[in-house]
Amino acid sequence: MDETRPVKIQVRGLSKVFGKQPKKALELRDQGLKRPEILEKTGQTLGLSNISFDVYEGELLVIMGLSGSGKSTLIRCLNRLIDTTEGEIIIDGENIPTLSEKALLECRRRHFSMVFQNFALFPHRTVRQNAEFGLEIRGVDKAERKQIAQNALTQVGLDGWEEAYPNQLSGGMQQRVGLARALANDSTVLLMDEAFSALDPLIRKDMQQELLQLQSKMQKTTVFITHDLDEALNIGDRIVLLKDGEVVQIGTPEEILTQPADDYVRRFIEGVDRSRVLTAESAMRPVRSTARESDGPRTALHRMRDHSIDSIYVTDRDRRLIGLLEAESASKAIDAKSDTIIDHLTQDFRKVPPEEPLQNLFAMFSDKSFPIAVIDEQQRLLGVVVKGAVLDELARAGEQ
Amino acid sequence: MDIPSIPLGDWIESGLTWLTSEYSAVTRAISRFTQTGIDVLNDSLMWLPEWALLGLITLLCWRLAGARLAIGSVAGLALIWNLGLWNPMIETLTLVVFATLVAVIIALPVGIAAALSNRLYRLIMPILDFMQTMPAFVYLIPAIPFFGIGSVSAIFATVIFSMPPAIRFTTLGIRQVPVELIEAADAYGATRSQKLFKVQLPLSLPTVMAGINQTIMLALSMVVIAAMIGADGLGSEVWRAIQRLRPGDGFEAGIAVVILAMLLDRLTQSLRKTRRSQ
Repeated sequence: MDETRPVKIQVRGLSKVFGKQPKKALELRDQGLKRPEILEKTGQTLGLSNISFDVYEGELLVIMGLSGSGKSTLIRCLNRLIDTTEGEIIIDGENIPTLSEKALLECRRRHFSMVFQNFALFPHRTVRQNAEFGLEIRGVDKAERKQIAQNALTQVGLDGWEEAYPNQLSGGMQQRVGLARALANDSTVLLMDEAFSALDPLIRKDMQQELLQLQSKMQKTTVFITHDLDEALNIGDRIVLLKDGEVVQIGTPEEILTQPADDYVRRFIEGVDRSRVLTAESAMRPVRSTARESDGPRTALHRMRDHSIDSIYVTDRDRRLIGLLEAESASKAIDAKSDTIIDHLTQDFRKVPPEEPLQNLFAMFSDKSFPIAVIDEQQRLLGVVVKGAVLDELARAGEQ
Repeated sequence: MDIPSIPLGDWIESGLTWLTSEYSAVTRAISRFTQTGIDVLNDSLMWLPEWALLGLITLLCWRLAGARLAIGSVAGLALIWNLGLWNPMIETLTLVVFATLVAVIIALPVGIAAALSNRLYRLIMPILDFMQTMPAFVYLIPAIPFFGIGSVSAIFATVIFSMPPAIRFTTLGIRQVPVELIEAADAYGATRSQKLFKVQLPLSLPTVMAGINQTIMLALSMVVIAAMIGADGLGSEVWRAIQRLRPGDGFEAGIAVVILAMLLDRLTQSLRKTRRSQ
């Protein structure tokens, strides 16, 4: 874990007791009693107990747990929709539990946007008016908020639906409106409370992908609640695992999978398909040699011989991948007395982003034996994946 | 054993007498003000020729509720005109409109307050039960010493009798707004009044309108009864028919009341529906 990243929200010793005598419940907690005993003795429910974690600037932190683990309570404590019993939640130097009513409103407006499980769209407002809500509350003037809301709706792919009412949209589209409402607000933190749980599985996958794409563009600090481990592993930069109101483990998806903190986590992850979270990046190797677009066929062939390879990736000056040159094509180019390779490239190879799951790569090897190119968004060549590396990675994951 | 009966009636009477004498200036001012309002509204409605008002109401029906109600309105109003009950109908309409206005002006803030405060809710609900279940005639009696015989007393009794549903429905409507929408408004930092005006009130509007519809219907039934304390209108036609034992006249006036009731009901209901389908 990278401890040097700037911390956006610091949660320290956070507890929440539901009931009228929270002190008593916390005393029993300090004596080592657990939630069921405390409930039996005092009638108080220990919702959250001594939770501490950091949310780093720009990360997507997933808080995951089964129902009753306190995850919904926790996210509502962050923006104080629920008052905390003890502990600190510090965002940009302000401690949320002790803010005055007025300061709290200001803090919510500046820092938090929230997306809800059941969308919580306002049925009497159009899609655009829903997206404008946060801005309207903050008193942004009409023309400006219309523009911002329009941009947010475009971002989530709802162009042309501005004047529709929420009940005219499908579930997935409604949640896009929810997301647009949150994005338009341009708060520093995005809170997503089981945002995709009410959607059917296919739509949910789409939404996860889109969230990741938006996230890679915006780098917005996001706290995402879910009960679905697959979802947590798929989208989370880090995961906080909750059980009965306590933190069981905090770590990256790989850490959770490969070094489960206890039996509870181990049981939890048993059902997970490991190849799904291992990505192209983990099996990627640096490219041993590439050719430049200005190279002639002889130079390219020479490089292939030097590195004992029979094809070579060709990049432009900015290391953007423009094609693949096979040895045969290179020798044909020499026969044809051509002094550029640009006309002899093939596009008949696979390229994937670094976050592509390994299992997808596996299927790609069946037709061609070229190494798979791993590229970033600017089409720059990051590395290659060969079949052996994929098998090796999957095998190692299986052993662990 | 002889248990003396509690002089509840005496207490109430002395209380009312005290109120009447102490606050006569106030009640007289209210009376004057209300009477002027009624007269102005009444005179302006009567100043219009029958066919013009008929046309206006029909147009309103057509725009708000469609052709069917418009046809009904032409037929019904023409019948009332034909029976010679046009002026009493206008008087009744004036009383209903005025009483409903006063009732709604009081009921909306009270209903909103009761929705937002649990303590006020617990205080107000039994009072509403009292107001609604007390036989309507009873309100007429104290109205007379307060405001004298006539339309103002009728309005007073009508407001008390017809206000409860508007309060109840307003409270219900606001309390029915889903918690998650309140949570969403809170999460984006809405103040209390932003929450009320941007979320709670718009969402409770259909229910509030249903309450106002009820209030109008109750007001209509009460202003007819108020003929007993000298209110003008269709009620006094019925009252006269009773005294002269002329069932034909009684039914004619009664049918006019039914026509007016149906028009008012359908009109306010259509208002509710157009709001909802927006």
